[in-house]
Amino acid sequence: MKTYDLAITGAGPAGMAAAVEAASLGLSVLVIDEQPAPGGQVFRAVEAAGADPALAGEFLDAGGALARGFRAARGIDYSPRSTLWHMDLVTGVISVLRDGASEEIQVSRLLLATGAQERPVPIPGWTLPGVMGAGAAQILLKTAGAVPQGPLVLAGQGPLTWLLAVQLLRAGAGPMTLLETGGKGALWDAFRAGGLWTGRRLLTKGVSLVREAKRRGLRIVRGVRDLRAEGEGRVQRVRWAGGEIACDTLLLHEGVIPSTHVSRALGLEHHWDEAQRCWRPALDEWGATSHDLVAVAGDGGGIGGWEAATATGRIAALDAARRLGRLSAEEAARRAAPHRAQLAAALALRPFLDRLYAPAPEVLVPKDDATIVCRCEEITAGQVRQAARLGATGPNQAKAYLRTGMGPCQGRMCGNTVAAIIAAERGISVEEAGALRPRAPFKPLTVGELAALPPEEVG
Amino acid sequence: MSVTHDVIVVGGGLVGTAIAYGLQKRGLSTVLLDEGDVAHRASRGNFGLVWVQSKGLGAPHYQRWTRGSAEAWPSLATELAERTGLDTALHQPGGIHICLSEEEFEQRAVYMAQLQREAGNLGMEYRMLNHAETAEMLPGIGRAVVGSSWTPYDGHASPLYLLRALHTAFRDAGGTYRPNAGVSEGTAAPRDFSVQAGGETHRAPRIVLAAGLGNAALAPRFGLEAPVRPQRGQVLVTERTRQLLPMPTTSIRQTDEGSVMIGDSKEEAGYDSLTQTPELMRGMAQRAVLTFPWIAELNIVRAWSALRVMAPDGLPIYDESGRFPGAFTANCHSGVTLAGAHADILAPMIAAGELPPEMAPFSARRFHDVRSAA
Amino acid sequence: MFAPRPDIRPATVEVFVEGRPVLVPEGASAAAAVLLAGLPAIRETPVGGAPRLPYCMMGICFDCLAEIDGVANRQACMVTVEPGMRIAAQRGARQARPGTAPEVAA
Repeated sequence: MKTYDLAITGAGPAGMAAAVEAASLGLSVLVIDEQPAPGGQVFRAVEAAGADPALAGEFLDAGGALARGFRAARGIDYSPRSTLWHMDLVTGVISVLRDGASEEIQVSRLLLATGAQERPVPIPGWTLPGVMGAGAAQILLKTAGAVPQGPLVLAGQGPLTWLLAVQLLRAGAGPMTLLETGGKGALWDAFRAGGLWTGRRLLTKGVSLVREAKRRGLRIVRGVRDLRAEGEGRVQRVRWAGGEIACDTLLLHEGVIPSTHVSRALGLEHHWDEAQRCWRPALDEWGATSHDLVAVAGDGGGIGGWEAATATGRIAALDAARRLGRLSAEEAARRAAPHRAQLAAALALRPFLDRLYAPAPEVLVPKDDATIVCRCEEITAGQVRQAARLGATGPNQAKAYLRTGMGPCQGRMCGNTVAAIIAAERGISVEEAGALRPRAPFKPLTVGELAALPPEEVG
Repeated sequence: MSVTHDVIVVGGGLVGTAIAYGLQKRGLSTVLLDEGDVAHRASRGNFGLVWVQSKGLGAPHYQRWTRGSAEAWPSLATELAERTGLDTALHQPGGIHICLSEEEFEQRAVYMAQLQREAGNLGMEYRMLNHAETAEMLPGIGRAVVGSSWTPYDGHASPLYLLRALHTAFRDAGGTYRPNAGVSEGTAAPRDFSVQAGGETHRAPRIVLAAGLGNAALAPRFGLEAPVRPQRGQVLVTERTRQLLPMPTTSIRQTDEGSVMIGDSKEEAGYDSLTQTPELMRGMAQRAVLTFPWIAELNIVRAWSALRVMAPDGLPIYDESGRFPGAFTANCHSGVTLAGAHADILAPMIAAGELPPEMAPFSARRFHDVRSAA
Repeated sequence: MFAPRPDIRPATVEVFVEGRPVLVPEGASAAAAVLLAGLPAIRETPVGGAPRLPYCMMGICFDCLAEIDGVANRQACMVTVEPGMRIAAQRGARQARPGTAPEVAA
């Protein structure tokens, strides 16, 4: 069995930074990533996107530099197109699927750098072909240079909507409308959160994006409520309270949330983050979780963006070195100091953004009973409400009653929505309703891959 | 404030809910006390067999009980469908136990013959099938299958739809369901019981303890004993696949949705229901692929481990308190197979106020008898 | 409907989407190929037969399940295109043994 000091899942900013830092401290490092190339989602395919002018700016500059540093570092075994599907928390043995074969690997420590996913936006009609996440359109641009044709609607809110609007307009996308779902008082509420001065660099970046989007002809409708996608066989128009518009593509975005599927499957302690309306693993200042062998860095531990992710990645790497006796506690603290300063600066604007872009209640709890919440098993909000009335007190019992979260995505898309619907129906908090408790395999593998029998024995 | 009922049932899993439903529909006002979203919940981990052919060797009373339940199932399923509109996906086409070696096959033949002898006048139809005969019943078996045993009594159902249907039917019949109501305190007197749960006090002249592994600690308070321990089982579940398996086997079945379930592992692992061991999962996958090579292509979308409720001899415990008449306990690891018996055989006994003599072999007193004899 | 930008990302890999040749950039996913080919649906759900196209493109939603090179239910957004790759829509629940599986009544 191969052994490593540190295994990292995810080759995004946190994973890359952690790997480089850990390797520089002499740790043997394995980086497991599902994608074919480093970058994570934020810097997805940054090496291949090369000189796409639509992506000019931070993506190519900062992302490119991170990927180059990662590729150049010595002492890192990089395993792309690989999936972590199990970890034995007693022995530290992880199971990794690559090229159709599962391999067990002994690690001294596992760092989850699994990043974020877009918050699901369960509006009526969101399962229609032509409706997708805004992040999905951005991935298409990054990985294939592709842009939506025909009338395009971007609906929702958050920093990504402006960045994506600009990138798609630069790339020649069709006429584009932004339906902003933010609340009217959100801006004033957000100002009270402060952090504007410390976060001024990020704020300036945001303001210039808004300006560029408007200059490039983005049509903006504000205060949009009761959004729904409609069409025969695919999305043809978007309706909202007081308006309607024809479109070929609808891109939804209500911010991103930590990908906690693996950290929850490992049974790590999690907290409900009321500001970001999501679960996050309980972490100490080094990214250490409630289990001795496991740490979390990057957006998977709480949304902070790529700059915060690189800082937490490096801090977690220092902690791994300290735990393995390669670094004294004092030295680890000394080396962590600049990363902590970088982290503080990167997070300064967060409270402002969290308030400004707080998702509307209807995004978290669909009003219309007919709205599908579990895309895999096609279970509606109304069915979840019925289950709550029957006595389901949380998403695990609802899963038993309804199969919500039993399909291939294993609740990644519906878990939080189901919990929020039950909470609303029973008059309890989402935290009290709880979260799904997923299990291995974290990603599907075939029975044959698991069995790993030589072909001559079967047949 | 105290709420008075005819019966208190502790435990909202398959066992407790089937009994509670059986009591409520017979006109006894019943409160069903359940835990919250995350409990051990053997019911949620049930494999879903309605299974006769591996039950009760050396315990003819258990074999009869299991057969009786399998026979009671169709009317229960029909009744639940009529009352709730929910299909429990019951199919009883018979079932197969696969043998992957000559040794397994010979042992199985001895086992089945003994089971038939013990069935006595009840009779037990079965056949030992060779490879070719097994292949006629189950398409696509692998070379490794030496043979199998078959009985016409076996079948399967959806544990989850059964649980939901029982809950729905119980509620619709007027039953009171209390989630987040683990029992914190209880007092017992003959035909007068009181428990505190979820901030309420419930009183009734009858109480049924069906709290699974929780019974071990709960039973002594009510003049009962339930020496049950956890036994971990793991299950692998594949993506939906077009229907291929005409009948279930002991460790592989295809659900109505099309998922193929692979199970039947047994481990002594304490109360740890979270851990899954890749070696054990691999062993299960290997047996499945040897049995049905086509299973190799299917994606496993989920897997779980759950805790069976096991008495020292592996048989159910049904008991009533001698000290506090009116207190009953039900403990078993076959909440699906025995649902028919629990709703329509056991519940009427409890409604009548005492267990008839034929239930005596199920009493926990059998463990004392064994000890005193030894 | 998505369009490529061949001036920026040359489309050099030929794949077959429902049998039709499509040129896509190197490094693109099979899901991207389906969107570039303008297929109306990459799958029909096994539950209700509803048409779906990729939603998240990052391995989360499993709405891009497709049959790729004869293998059913693959996450098309996680598969990088290779020359000659055959991508077909996943219609309902998969077969266990395509072509050879003896079917029984459900």
